[in-house]
Amino acid sequence: MATAVADEGADGTAPLIRFEAVSKHFGAVAAVETLTLDIAKGEFFALLGPSGCGKTTLLRMLAGFETPSAGRIFLGGENIVPVPPHRRPVNMMFQSYALFPHLTVEGNIAFGLRQENAGREEIATRVVEMLELTRLQGFGARKIHQLSGGQRQRVALARSLIKRPHVLLLDEPLAALDKKLRAETQFELMELQRKLGTTFVIVTHDQEEAMIVADRIAVMNQGRLMQVATPTEIYEQPNSRWVADFIGEVTIIEGRAAALGTIDSALGPLVVVNRDTGAGKTVWLALRPEKISMSAERPGGAKNAVAGTVHEIGYRGEMSAYKVRLGDGSLMKVSIANVNARGRPPYAEGDAVWLSWPPDAGIFLGS
Amino acid sequence: MLGQRETRDRGRWIVVVLPYLWLAVFFLAPFIIVLKISLSQSVLAQPPYVPVLDLAAGWEGLKTFAAQLSLDSFRLLGSDSLYLLSYLKSLQVAAISTVILFVLGYPIAYGMARAPKAWQPMLVMAVVLPFWTSFLIRIYAWINILQRDGLLNDVLMWLRIIDAPAAWLSSDTAIYIGIVYSYLPFMVLPLYASLERMDESLLEAASDLGCPAWKAFWLITFPLSLPGVAAGALLSFIPIMGEFVIPDLLGGSESQMIGQTLWAEFFSNRDWPVASAIAITLLGLLLVPILFYERLQQRSLEGGRT
Repeated sequence: MATAVADEGADGTAPLIRFEAVSKHFGAVAAVETLTLDIAKGEFFALLGPSGCGKTTLLRMLAGFETPSAGRIFLGGENIVPVPPHRRPVNMMFQSYALFPHLTVEGNIAFGLRQENAGREEIATRVVEMLELTRLQGFGARKIHQLSGGQRQRVALARSLIKRPHVLLLDEPLAALDKKLRAETQFELMELQRKLGTTFVIVTHDQEEAMIVADRIAVMNQGRLMQVATPTEIYEQPNSRWVADFIGEVTIIEGRAAALGTIDSALGPLVVVNRDTGAGKTVWLALRPEKISMSAERPGGAKNAVAGTVHEIGYRGEMSAYKVRLGDGSLMKVSIANVNARGRPPYAEGDAVWLSWPPDAGIFLGS
Repeated sequence: MLGQRETRDRGRWIVVVLPYLWLAVFFLAPFIIVLKISLSQSVLAQPPYVPVLDLAAGWEGLKTFAAQLSLDSFRLLGSDSLYLLSYLKSLQVAAISTVILFVLGYPIAYGMARAPKAWQPMLVMAVVLPFWTSFLIRIYAWINILQRDGLLNDVLMWLRIIDAPAAWLSSDTAIYIGIVYSYLPFMVLPLYASLERMDESLLEAASDLGCPAWKAFWLITFPLSLPGVAAGALLSFIPIMGEFVIPDLLGGSESQMIGQTLWAEFFSNRDWPVASAIAITLLGLLLVPILFYERLQQRSLEGGRT
């Protein structure tokens, strides 16, 4: 469509995928609400959010399994809403893998090409190519029930890649794998995406997974986009308390904007990076636990320092997560790397400690 | 502690043995009796066959008894074409009925499996509902429907499909109508079970890979329902082979199914040995599909097909 092609992105190229004011209602429930989103060609894009946030619905609308209640979806400039799923140049890897149990590994992988009436030789070559790509050589003749979970996952991946789709959709692709295998597979997915250059859109509820694999993340809640940005931006510069709280650990302090660069809070005046917000407004300061230092004495020269007592310690191996009770009764989360090999924690529960952080450690939030 | 374990072991032992005991008393023993009679000679006496086993005569009695057994009844089955024709008739009726049942039952089962989840228990109920009325009464009802001034002719004439009442009763058509009506649940339920547990995301995956819906039915749905097709076909075919009531009440007299022939030998001719030989032979013939069905069940229990 001409209008979509003319409407170019900031870098001068048209986005490969564009959701334009897309809504999806199931009865009275709005799964997706007037959502607009662009995804560039070659991106590894993640849709992240709690269950029921509409991320899977969004993916299924892209695949064609759901029709939007309103709005248009463009793929390469063409509105694909009226196009049935079997005619869309996108392929999906299902959460359940949805492998055909009556076919062999080869039969599953070749299925897509067979629908195109591709030649026998071409199918054979590309199946071998896919088996190699997913390290499944020698498994071609196996039945699906003879494979392990990890192998099934790779068959599903091969099957969805053999048609060389413009976009690969991944619906919680690693949810069924155990933690170690999942971590390995995340890196394999990234490598694969870089090698093929295909646009990947992944749906996940696992924020760590989204941060690792994706170039950009769309954080969703209740059918709306909360923030669309790179993993670093999402973590370091969340745009709201909701995103700050959803991604990683955080302590949020409410306060009132005072003079430029300070806010008044229940913990006293806190120094933040200069940002004009207008005095008197309610603002929030989000603090990541790893950006806070802990010491027994009040650190000299610290701009922000508060006193408290250690309330709880969670040992996690590489680091320990502390919860410190502050003067106003609130708890602050602090994490400290366990650098000392002796393994004796530097602080015990009940210890009086000082917490301090530089002005640029806090994330200043207006909403 | 030890006593407790002994009690538990004994309990387990009873649970294992009980079904075998049941089979021994209600299947194996009657089978041996029928087998024994099939090897006897027909006489006008009470009981109407010789030899009679006299356990009081001891070992000698047993030996004279065994010497008198013969395969004459089985030879008769082979020499008189009446029996062969009856077997063939049963085979024909069972085979054609099974095909009709499949053609009718598959769309019904498919529709049930694709119906909204909330409706499905009700639909299954509707399929099973006829079992709440006696089988015999339902077949008698069909006599009413199929007779000259019955409901079927009334409806067909009202619809102006026929001008004069047709003779439905006492024909092969009536047999097929009765059998298909009676056995439809045996075809529909296994088919429904196999279609219902199919993962719908498989069809989405097929569609995603470029396969239109009608083709996905043949490439995915149908092959995955084959165990259900086989189960439904065998659950219909095996009992239809031995069917007696339906052909006797609805069918004509021109040709008999093997069940009717057996009945005639037993009650009209009082030739128990030949009747028993017919039963034993029928069982032997049905052993092939029964074993096939057992193997199928075994395989689906092993869970290789999920």
